Amino acid sequence: MASDRIEKLIEKYFEAETSIAEEKELKEYFASSDVAQHLEQYKPIFGYAVQAKQEQFNATIPLNTKKRSSVVWLSVAASVVVLLGVSLFTYNHYNQPKSNDLGTINDPEVAFRETQKALAMISEHVNKGIGSMSYLNEYEQSKNRIFKK
Amino acid sequence: MNQNEFMQLVNPFKDKLFRVAKRLLVSTEEAEDATQEVLVKLWNRNESLEEYNSVEAVAMTMTKNYCLDQLKSRRASNMKIVHNNFTDREASLQQKVEDSDTWNWVEKIMNELPEQQKLIVQMRDIEEMEFEEISQILDMNEQAIRTALSRARKVIREKMIKTHHYGIG
Repeated sequence: MASDRIEKLIEKYFEAETSIAEEKELKEYFASSDVAQHLEQYKPIFGYAVQAKQEQFNATIPLNTKKRSSVVWLSVAASVVVLLGVSLFTYNHYNQPKSNDLGTINDPEVAFRETQKALAMISEHVNKGIGSMSYLNEYEQSKNRIFKK
Repeated sequence: MNQNEFMQLVNPFKDKLFRVAKRLLVSTEEAEDATQEVLVKLWNRNESLEEYNSVEAVAMTMTKNYCLDQLKSRRASNMKIVHNNFTDREASLQQKVEDSDTWNWVEKIMNELPEQQKLIVQMRDIEEMEFEEISQILDMNEQAIRTALSRARKVIREKMIKTHHYGIG
């Protein structure tokens, strides 16, 4: 290969005007053993480009996205179960049916007496309350005295 | 699309994504993480993949954006950039000069370029992509890409020649 052609190509190369084919030609030339002495200095530039293309990606690609999504669903399901469990427990705990059954009385006379007893108890307590209110009359009296009615 | 079909779709360019990520992030581990992240994102878009003309271009754009975001957040959190393989390389730098193993010099020089130029050099010189594809991925016009590429190539040449003479002298 004529070295003056290579020189021209190199000139074009540094102006970034060479085509891919011309650049390949340069790489081939510098990979060969008969590089002209004065062009020797460019050898590493083209040699490096060729060598750098050999490097490969060897790591694995983690594409198991489906597995990941099933883990997500599993955690969602687990949290739903826990939530349901807790809410059911609290619901049952606070809403336990209190035994409202106080028993019934079958004999009407006994029932009457019991009712009377209960009502008497109520009136007794009400009277007690009224009794303690009696001293409010004092206020009434003193008010009348002040305003002289 | 099932996993096998997806792998077949992705296989031709996954190395490319990784190399671009590594060019930007430098560390191999981080580049691997970034590539995985992008491919998983792509997999999650599964249904809409058919709408794109070129899934490869979409993947490249996603990788570029992801890596630039990573770099930005790294800078924002004021973290020092410490990569194992970066420091390793630096430690053995002297030895590399003696061995005249100049490929590593090229890599080192490329690491010093601004991000955009890194991307362009990576896609053009290493991945041998057409300007049209690059302009689609970077959202730049072709002329701007040529200008940036020319500038980057010249910087590499200058620094190479400097180290070349340094090696001789």
